[in-house]
Amino acid sequence: MSFAAKASKRLAYDNVVACAPISIAYERYSIESAHWWIGRALHALITKAGLAPLDLDGLSVSSFTLGLDTAVGLTQHLGVSPRWLDHVPMGGASGIIALRRAARAVQCGDAELVACVAGDTNQVDTFRKTLQGFSRFAQDAVYPYGAGGPNASFALITQHYMDRYQATRADFGRICVAQRDNAMQFGQALLRKPLTLQAYLDARAVADPIHLFDCVMPCAGAEAFLVCREQTACALGLPSVRLLATIERHNAFADDPVQYRGGWAKDADELWAMSGVTPGDIDLLETYDDYPVISMMQFEDLGFCQKGEAPAFVRAHDLTVAGDFPHNTSGGQLSVGQAGAAGGYLGLVEAMRQLTGQAIGAQVHNAKTAVVSGFGMINYDRGLASAAAVLAAV
Amino acid sequence: MSVPVSPPPRRNPVARTGMPALLSAQRSRATHGLTAAAAQGLFCLQVCSDCGTRQYPPREACSHCLSAKLPFRDVDRAGVVVVDTTIRIAGEIYFRERTPWRIGTVQLDCGPIVIAHLHGDVSQGSRIRMELLTDKAGAPAMFAMPAVNTPAMQDDRQYREFTCDPKFRRVLVTDGRTEIGQALVRALSDAGARKVFVGIANPWKPFAGKQSLARAENVECVQLDVTDTASVVECAAQIGARVDILVNTTEHIRLGGLMDQTGIGIAREALELRSLGLMRLAQSFGPIMRARGADGVDSACAFVNLLAAHALMNWPSYGASSAAEAAALSMSQCLRSELRHGGIRVVNMFVGPLETEWYQNAPPPKVSPATLARAVVQALCSGQEDCFVGEVARDLRARLAANPKALERELGAA
Repeated sequence: MSFAAKASKRLAYDNVVACAPISIAYERYSIESAHWWIGRALHALITKAGLAPLDLDGLSVSSFTLGLDTAVGLTQHLGVSPRWLDHVPMGGASGIIALRRAARAVQCGDAELVACVAGDTNQVDTFRKTLQGFSRFAQDAVYPYGAGGPNASFALITQHYMDRYQATRADFGRICVAQRDNAMQFGQALLRKPLTLQAYLDARAVADPIHLFDCVMPCAGAEAFLVCREQTACALGLPSVRLLATIERHNAFADDPVQYRGGWAKDADELWAMSGVTPGDIDLLETYDDYPVISMMQFEDLGFCQKGEAPAFVRAHDLTVAGDFPHNTSGGQLSVGQAGAAGGYLGLVEAMRQLTGQAIGAQVHNAKTAVVSGFGMINYDRGLASAAAVLAAV
Repeated sequence: MSVPVSPPPRRNPVARTGMPALLSAQRSRATHGLTAAAAQGLFCLQVCSDCGTRQYPPREACSHCLSAKLPFRDVDRAGVVVVDTTIRIAGEIYFRERTPWRIGTVQLDCGPIVIAHLHGDVSQGSRIRMELLTDKAGAPAMFAMPAVNTPAMQDDRQYREFTCDPKFRRVLVTDGRTEIGQALVRALSDAGARKVFVGIANPWKPFAGKQSLARAENVECVQLDVTDTASVVECAAQIGARVDILVNTTEHIRLGGLMDQTGIGIAREALELRSLGLMRLAQSFGPIMRARGADGVDSACAFVNLLAAHALMNWPSYGASSAAEAAALSMSQCLRSELRHGGIRVVNMFVGPLETEWYQNAPPPKVSPATLARAVVQALCSGQEDCFVGEVARDLRARLAANPKALERELGAA
């Protein structure tokens, strides 16, 4: 008997909103610590919301580079005193998972004002050290095999996907080029030099078939937002977004020899059913894009196209802000940079800005509904965490 | 097909010597179950005692039924490469100096998915035979070999990183007076060693086989007495930078325990030769070898000790000798840790009684010097670090693993 299959209908996130999206401009390398970056984001958040640090009664933190500290230590470091505290070490799924937990806390009255923040530093040797000790399986069974890091893991996943679904490098290139177009209007993107499909194809090989522009640039940065009741956001004068539905899944399809689908494929039906909208209603999509192949899997597994049809989908659609399928409207991590766990917040914070008319770069016209998707933690041979949320303008 | 490895070019004296850059050898304790198998050339994975699931990477609980009973057992090595990649940009110095480097995702027939180093003759879709090797840092490594042997497969560039193949390397056999030493000279020459230096103590003393050693091609006798510090220092000064593999063939086996010997003279001789001799070799040759661990096709790669298997458990019939062998074993473990920083492997050959004069009173089965010599070459070529040669040595290993106390009593009763 499967208890999961018999689960009752999920409760809606009544009256809970997310607001005050914050992005601290990224830096390629930083001499500051993760604490500093998280501090900048929280400071910007309370300034934007007109709050004092002690007004925050909930805090959710995601970071890879806090060293000895957890979220608990951060409360003293930053002078906050939350009655609800969360630490979400889930990489690219951190933003959505922080959001859905915080939303339930607010809905149930465990907290009133939850600040969700993700930040990481990138000192010159940070990235290599993070890779080496990323997980026990990475230490024991992946990193010593060529030390290619996620580039090598995704090379295997990408090559397998190409063989299975006849995807070409140019198909992946369309995603990267469109995102660079979007990034050119997003002042905080680290990579804003125009990128042509030819330049994408001609870039140097990193781990076949991954080439330079398939990879994200590790950097330092922080992102944050606030979760509270709709009336609270109104009282603070903060434009906000509602949470129509969320999903989360870990270690799905463990028997697939190579990853070609993520946990979204298990839970997408529930996501759409809970949200009350359909893929056709979505005005913009923010996927987790640490390599373009994983964005393609999100197109498919979330139901924007059939399995294996993402290559045709990207050929048939214009993925830029002004196009018919706006995707990763700030430029995504591929152009903005990957600031560690903040990469798991990037799309979420960007969708909040788009839905509330506060875009830093180009604004998607009349954006009412968005899907944000997260993916994280290459523990051994594949990403284990997947999450997605449907957001709507209030 | 593998490109046969080329002889190393003459060294350019002003060019930089490749520096050994190692990977981290830090592994979880469970993963050292693989280290233990790799050291002996076995292929083992965790096999759940409750449900039979074979799993990799090693875990603390069965990923199928959560059982904690997860012994490492021999499993089928066969599998298929599902997908491969060539890494061109790597994060670690070791690989940066060795890119392009090929790895792949392998589905083993027995179940698990393994990220493995790939032999040059395998690619996506290839049937493979998985080997468990140790890398330069001594950590276990999965290496996918062609299921069917291919020409010159030993010469594969990536495979050679995990082996100590004598081909084109220069070897020092520390004692050429004995049958074992001479068998090793022949076996290593046959295995493609470019040069074999043979240590001879007190060369004015005649010994059997001297003529044939002198006539052999690529063999050079050098003066070396491992009981004499000055001699070892002098020898290392002359040839140390040209020793890629050192095989310590000194032997000192004498019948008798402790009480039935008169005085400690013979035991002292044994310790002097076997354990302090090893230490002298380590002090004089070790630092040069350690610095040359990444010095091209003929980089330094192995320090081989021939040890009586009774180093592992005293055999009172040869009690004092067993103790000297145990001391040498203990030193070799220390040396292994010290040489690892240069990517130099310490290979210990545990040998049962040999067909030599000093084992006259030992009952058969015994190991012939030629068999031992072949086993050394085999261990070098396959990357093993602990090798049990002969039926007695293998029997001892099994009994030691099963019940050390029983073995002590049994050897004591013999």
